[in-house]
Amino acid sequence: MIMKIKSILIANRGEIAVRIIRAAKSLGLKTVQVYSDADADSMAVKMADEAINIGSPMASKSYLNINLLVETAKRAKVDAIHPGYGFLSENADFADATREAGIIFIGPRGATIRKLGDKVAARQLAKEAGVPTVPGSDGRLEDLDEAIKVAKDIGYPLMVKALAGGGGKGIRIVNNEEELKTMYSVAFNEAKAIFGDGGLYIEKYIQKARHIEVQILGDGENFIHCYERECSIQRRRQKIWEEAPAIGIPEDVLDKMHKSSVELIKKVSYRGAGTVEYVYDNDTQEFYFIETNTRIQVEHPVTGMITGIDLVAEMIKIAGGMPLEIKQEDVKVKGHAIECRINAEDTTKNFMPCPGKIEKLSIPEGAGIRFDTFIYEGYTIPMYYDSLIGKLIVLGDNREDALKRLREVLRNISIEGIETTIPLHAQLAENEDVIKGSVDTQFLMKMLDSKD
Amino acid sequence: MSKIEITAPMPGVFYTKSSPDSEVYKKPGDPVRKDDIICLIEVMKTYNQIVSEHVGTFVSYEVENEELVMVGQVLAIIEVD
Repeated sequence: MIMKIKSILIANRGEIAVRIIRAAKSLGLKTVQVYSDADADSMAVKMADEAINIGSPMASKSYLNINLLVETAKRAKVDAIHPGYGFLSENADFADATREAGIIFIGPRGATIRKLGDKVAARQLAKEAGVPTVPGSDGRLEDLDEAIKVAKDIGYPLMVKALAGGGGKGIRIVNNEEELKTMYSVAFNEAKAIFGDGGLYIEKYIQKARHIEVQILGDGENFIHCYERECSIQRRRQKIWEEAPAIGIPEDVLDKMHKSSVELIKKVSYRGAGTVEYVYDNDTQEFYFIETNTRIQVEHPVTGMITGIDLVAEMIKIAGGMPLEIKQEDVKVKGHAIECRINAEDTTKNFMPCPGKIEKLSIPEGAGIRFDTFIYEGYTIPMYYDSLIGKLIVLGDNREDALKRLREVLRNISIEGIETTIPLHAQLAENEDVIKGSVDTQFLMKMLDSKD
Repeated sequence: MSKIEITAPMPGVFYTKSSPDSEVYKKPGDPVRKDDIICLIEVMKTYNQIVSEHVGTFVSYEVENEELVMVGQVLAIIEVD
């Protein structure tokens, strides 16, 4: 097989642009970096073989402008576009437009992105693949009688949710049939008043929920998993700290989760790197499918650290028409990795964003320490984009060792000139529940609330 | 009667309305209550509501919609009794 990609345009910015350029260089490929007016001094621009200005600092006019990006790629005569994460990475129209321009999109086909991005279609697909989904009414309830019937099947406690709701709104937790009877009409009227639609559905309520996700790779014919990541430490649904492998989940449960993920991507003849996300019920040890992310993820380095697989390089090779060389039995877990997402935010002022100039930067170096970033001394972090400024990843022989190394690195890391979330990470690394591995998706919010 | 300046607590993009199609938060002469939203500042993908700490009457915005503002810059003026 001949690799069809010799040059790549990176349609992204920040640390992931730097990461993609590194992977492309390791494969001997030419790199073209696009940049907005706010990113002229960025590390990716300095590292790439060629850099092209795409105008406005406003992402909607530059990094999110499909026509502009495709036209720029055509003019630069690149073979492929890497979308990174965020921005247009899961935009099926962008994947299609790239393809129609005769350029390879480094990711799955537009149709696959569309299908997996549709919540209802993805849930249906998961069911067909034998992947467990959150028990519930599967859509709109007719009336209270139906709600009682479904509730008997899935058990209490459960959540009554407004069909038209979202983002945590219009949800009520019900503990027994009596509560359901009194709550139902209240929830219906409330949903009707707030959302204009009284439609309700019910779903099992998981009290101690953990976020576990499985990394997958596929070339359209061969499909493998690269084990799982634990991402339960979140603030406002944003992951703050990730680990691989997961902590204290029985071997047979994990095995089932990995196999489920592979079955699911087989169904769509998946091509590229992706992640299948699950909610894990810590009390019953059951897991349920949430969604699939059809791109490289922020937290992919923890998987890279424990398996030795360069996921970004693999997705480029797959897009270039190379068959997946790694076999399932080749994927071995060695050690334990932890990633801290370091954001330019002031933890003492309710995580207020803090863009600004990096006056001094000192990152400890050594075996098992990795810092994926785009900042350097003298660089001014623009105010227009995400507050993520770096990902600190440590690898240890086991979890205890990884935590020990992390504490040491966090004591010595120094980023001056702006406020960062490093103090929060230092606190987490010392936290008893974190050390015990006793965390769920509510953990960090509770910890932060208890301090106020 | 005295005039009070509302200043930017953070840098970012200044907005006088909640979305492009919405009405501006305040027009000259509008009453201002404590905690009324005066404007928004977008920084690093987060929208921050700037609220009034005073009771009074709205006088003017001192910055154009969608313009960049710096910390401490005067955003709006209100008149208090």
